[in-house]
Amino acid sequence: MAHYLGVDVGSVSTNLVLIDEDENVIESIYIRTQGNPIRAVQEGMKILASRNKGAWEVKGVGATGSGRNLAGVIVGADVIKNEITAHAVASLREVPDVQTVLEIGGQDSKIIILRDGVVTDFAMNTVCAAGTGSFLDQQANRLNIPIEEFGNYALRSKNPVRIAGRCAVFAESDMVHKQQLGHRPEDIIRGLCEALVRNYLNNIAKGKEIRPRIVFQGGVAANAGMKAAFEDALGQEIYIPKHYNVMGALGAALLAKDAKVSNTSFKGFGISDINFTADSFECSGCPNHCEVVNIKMEGKVIARWGDRCNKWKVVDSTVA
Amino acid sequence: MRKVSFPYMGTSYIPFKNLLEAFGNEVVVPPKPTEETISLGTKFAPEFACYPFKIVLGTYVQCLEAGANTLVSSGGVGPCRAGLYTTLQEKILKDLGYEFEMITLEPPGRHFKDLLQSIKKLINAPLTLKDYISITRFVWKQLVLLDKVERLSHKIRPLEIKKGEATRVYKKCVELIASAEKYRDLPEIERECELLYDGIQKRDSDPIKIGIVGEIYVLLEPSSNLEIEEMLGELGVYVERSMFLSQYTIYNAVLDLFHMAGERNVKKTAAPYFKEMCGGHGRESVGNAILFAKRGFDGVIQLSPFTCIPEIVAKSILPKVCKEHGIGFLTISLDEQTGKEGLRTRLEAFVDLLMAKRNQTKSFTVKPQIAKEMA
Repeated sequence: MAHYLGVDVGSVSTNLVLIDEDENVIESIYIRTQGNPIRAVQEGMKILASRNKGAWEVKGVGATGSGRNLAGVIVGADVIKNEITAHAVASLREVPDVQTVLEIGGQDSKIIILRDGVVTDFAMNTVCAAGTGSFLDQQANRLNIPIEEFGNYALRSKNPVRIAGRCAVFAESDMVHKQQLGHRPEDIIRGLCEALVRNYLNNIAKGKEIRPRIVFQGGVAANAGMKAAFEDALGQEIYIPKHYNVMGALGAALLAKDAKVSNTSFKGFGISDINFTADSFECSGCPNHCEVVNIKMEGKVIARWGDRCNKWKVVDSTVA
Repeated sequence: MRKVSFPYMGTSYIPFKNLLEAFGNEVVVPPKPTEETISLGTKFAPEFACYPFKIVLGTYVQCLEAGANTLVSSGGVGPCRAGLYTTLQEKILKDLGYEFEMITLEPPGRHFKDLLQSIKKLINAPLTLKDYISITRFVWKQLVLLDKVERLSHKIRPLEIKKGEATRVYKKCVELIASAEKYRDLPEIERECELLYDGIQKRDSDPIKIGIVGEIYVLLEPSSNLEIEEMLGELGVYVERSMFLSQYTIYNAVLDLFHMAGERNVKKTAAPYFKEMCGGHGRESVGNAILFAKRGFDGVIQLSPFTCIPEIVAKSILPKVCKEHGIGFLTISLDEQTGKEGLRTRLEAFVDLLMAKRNQTKSFTVKPQIAKEMA
């Protein structure tokens, strides 16, 4: 039976999703990228390989996320798409009547507005990190509360404390000050969730018409405190899809299926054993001094990027 | 002898160099802004200054290091910070110990005497009236031609079959135009450029059309906008910019002299949304967005330097304007980032959105005006 693979390489997590011909999610894998996207993709493929009982015939591969070009080269992707489109596609598939997608990931957050099943507007944060998963992660760490518990703490709060939400620096210093005054951790955490939601709605969602159904996805959707804070602020029900944390990868898989490629460039599940390396050099051809990156497979350069003028562009132009 | 230099903005350095040389000056051609320029600019500029300020300041440092003793820049009026820039840059550079003269060319309508005095300083050769006419004719034609080959690159890039060919031809054309020494060389170069573009293999399609509006420097200097026009062209998009240098020069140097408002049409179009001038090109951004919509474009992108007040004002109005006129809108705030991925992600998603919209409305066959312009 035909299967399709989606790979989403983000700054914080790398996700892989395998779907079948009927678009059922067969496997989904969530791995921390930890600054090493090549290793993360290979590790994901290794897990998939171990679960593959020879029944999967991969007919198409999609890559997305900020590391989509890298993932595309390593896995052999047929479709390389931006994460905004991928998230919208996945959301529509899970919740066909969706009109608003709130997505908060590790290092970016976005809002996607859809009408009649078509994306009509979107925004992605450009200015700050206040309001993304990494910041929550960092604060959980500081308060010594496991990130998985963070949301439940917020739900226990009866008197949320007001925290400044506009900037991560303001938020953190506010939290420290309130903590030293003796406020309870759950009240501070709830206050932080409210601040992040306020920041999101005033910054990314500014001027956008948020209509139901509202879908909340991305890693941060796991945080019950954030969901509650969104529901409070918007006065509407928020829906969290089943595969909320791998929606980008799911979207990439769906896009690969839609592309109906006849001959996939998929390199097979065995790529976890191939030696991929990346190195870089500084080009001195002009004063730009571009940092050019080589992606090598078994020592042979298969892709190269980072140059502004394309003079180092490689070889196999069908991939990137 | 005067060794003159000036800010780098698009290809304007070519005619400007010829003009200053004909006036009897030695010219230090400013280098194209690179990461080094930006590093110098951000090092010496106030942190809150906008991106164009930093690039121009960095360019000045490089020019002074290369031996320039005179810097020429345009001034400005109105609430945009650019009006203050030359003064502030002069102070910063003199504090750094550079010795030079700063010559500011103010708009002629309001500061005619100042302007004449400034120009006088730059004329260091005995010239007759006939010389002036022939210099102006040559430099003007060169400017117009540079704009023409750039427009052609925007038109042809989305249609090219082999990626990168339009960019290559465009660079070649700029070289050819820059190599001209007198007016009589130019008609032949013009024909050659047209032939070069004709030689590119093109597909027959109706590309997505995006109009670009915003602040002049980030609009005209590709290295300050991460080469957005090239990036869009390679995504298969026809790009048109609301501003070109030749037209800007007419509005701000010629019409201003006679106290006639340039871009009257643009300002009138913006009026229902934007009555007052807010400095910079805020009002023009709104007016041009509407004009693009009326000509059947699919979307508008606004480019603004981070913290640019006139564009922030326009940014709060543009979503409504574009919604009412049924076209897509994306705003991009530029600063010293050199990573292109974030921008590419947004552009790809924006183009996807515009395509989906087109397929949904199915009205894309009836865009006669654009079809005519593209032909």
